[in-house]
Amino acid sequence: MATFFGEVLSVCSRAVEEDDEDLLEENEEDEQIRRELEEKREVHLHWSPEVSESLKSGSKLQCSDFILAVGHNAARFLSVHVLTSANWDAVGHASVWNERSRAATGQTSEECVFYRQKDNPSVLICQVTCYVAEDQLFQWTEKVFDCLQHRELNVTVLSDSTVAEYKRADYVSCSSAPFLRSLHSGAFTGQPVCQSLEQPNIVTGLSAAVLNHCEVHRIAAVVYQCYSDVIGLDSVTMETYKPALTKLGKSIQLDPSPSTDVLRKFVRNTNIQSNLYI
Amino acid sequence: MDDLLKESDFVVLAVDLTPETTGLISHRELSLISQQHWSTSAENSAPCFKDFTLVMPAVAVGNVGQLAVDLMVSTLNMSRVGYMHTDCIIPMAGNNPYATCKEDVKELHTPAEVYTAAELKLAVLQIRAPIIQTKSKKFRQLLVSWIKASGFSRTVVLSSSHAYQRDDQQLQGTPLRYVVTPSLLKGSVDALKELGWRELERVAPFPGLTDANTEPCLYIPGGGITKGLYTDSCAEDLPLAVLLLFCSEGDNIPDAFTLVNHLNDWLHLLDTPSQKPNQWKIPTSWSLLFDPGLPNRC
Repeated sequence: MATFFGEVLSVCSRAVEEDDEDLLEENEEDEQIRRELEEKREVHLHWSPEVSESLKSGSKLQCSDFILAVGHNAARFLSVHVLTSANWDAVGHASVWNERSRAATGQTSEECVFYRQKDNPSVLICQVTCYVAEDQLFQWTEKVFDCLQHRELNVTVLSDSTVAEYKRADYVSCSSAPFLRSLHSGAFTGQPVCQSLEQPNIVTGLSAAVLNHCEVHRIAAVVYQCYSDVIGLDSVTMETYKPALTKLGKSIQLDPSPSTDVLRKFVRNTNIQSNLYI
Repeated sequence: MDDLLKESDFVVLAVDLTPETTGLISHRELSLISQQHWSTSAENSAPCFKDFTLVMPAVAVGNVGQLAVDLMVSTLNMSRVGYMHTDCIIPMAGNNPYATCKEDVKELHTPAEVYTAAELKLAVLQIRAPIIQTKSKKFRQLLVSWIKASGFSRTVVLSSSHAYQRDDQQLQGTPLRYVVTPSLLKGSVDALKELGWRELERVAPFPGLTDANTEPCLYIPGGGITKGLYTDSCAEDLPLAVLLLFCSEGDNIPDAFTLVNHLNDWLHLLDTPSQKPNQWKIPTSWSLLFDPGLPNRC
């Protein structure tokens, strides 16, 4: 692309990859490598013995509320406000391998975990802090929702985003970050707790995959996207999610003021790293 | 039963209607059938596309085809009749991109949707996200089988190609090119002649080498699935035309107008075939598209 001043900049296309030529002339070895990579990239769900037993016998997880937290702030918000206050069991995890996974495979198990409340097993929570690649999003969603009973299911997604990705006409007057925006499927009948996401803003990633799935299968789903101006964990950003869950009051206990110890445990690490003047 | 439904294309229900069997097959079950393929929304009965013209974009350089399709949907007030739910497209979701009033703003829209204007016998497939590269072949197959099954009379692919990869002869004159499959050419020779468009030049696979054995081939750099879709359609004897524009990345709104005006010359979508750009309605989702909205420095 030539600019006003005449210099030529190489611009990556928004739409297409550079080498979009057909991969017709690949030999058997290429094909095998491709196949093996594809297999490696497959999403695997690992459930506790009890759950996998019942899934095997054909009965899906009875679930009235599925709460999915995507991103570090959303996930830690649940850790601090929800998972400490009631008795929660880790019932499974998903393992996802892709180009951003660290070499050690053991680490992935902590990055996408499912929890279920002991006395009310119809509430399922999932925290996702790992990167799910573009080609894995659809598969992840299909596999997870395949395990859930769809009737009377309500899905709530909490998702992190940066304010830099938020488009609006008047940037100057925007000092309200962090803030929430919502997007819901056609089957969702409730009233979202915040403003609807304005065009031209869109939702991508796992929350978009879940919304697409819920729209197609007519499941009530709402995504709460939090736009924050802080990189990394931040208790103010975490607070923003609060109204989204108070709505679910009857099925989930929210700890309104978690002890500072619990908060400190999660937030401390990033604070030190983000300080330039140690 | 769910697994069985997922693999089925057709389901025949043969049971007595009793309280136990009522609701045996509900929306949920129906939606499981062939979920990788095409669904149509509940309020409409399956739309009939017989003898319709299908217009679809190829996700290509500058997103010109997608922008042109946006203009068509928003100007012709086309109604959404279905969507494509497949693992070949990167997921995205947003509120109504064509919102005209406060009431229709909150309406979820997905990456690939079908719109129709029945009085024009026109259907449009809008694709809003890139196709996953390793799955582009699967996506093409899915498209071709849907086009065949729906009975469209012709398909027009709106596409674009890198302007910097043109050869010397292509630099001159209009940046618009077309290619048609033999099956479409049969009925449209006169119409195409009248339009005076230029067919996309086939280029030598190894420029500079004169080898009698190499045949000139179709070359659409930056065109995404365009070339593959054309080749597949030739093989399947589908009537398909590709309309493409040489362009570069940047503010591609003028390119979209050029392309959609050319399409209008052929299909006569709007009554007034003038070249005035303002007859197309820009959808609300285009705000801040190429203008970041940053305040001007004084």
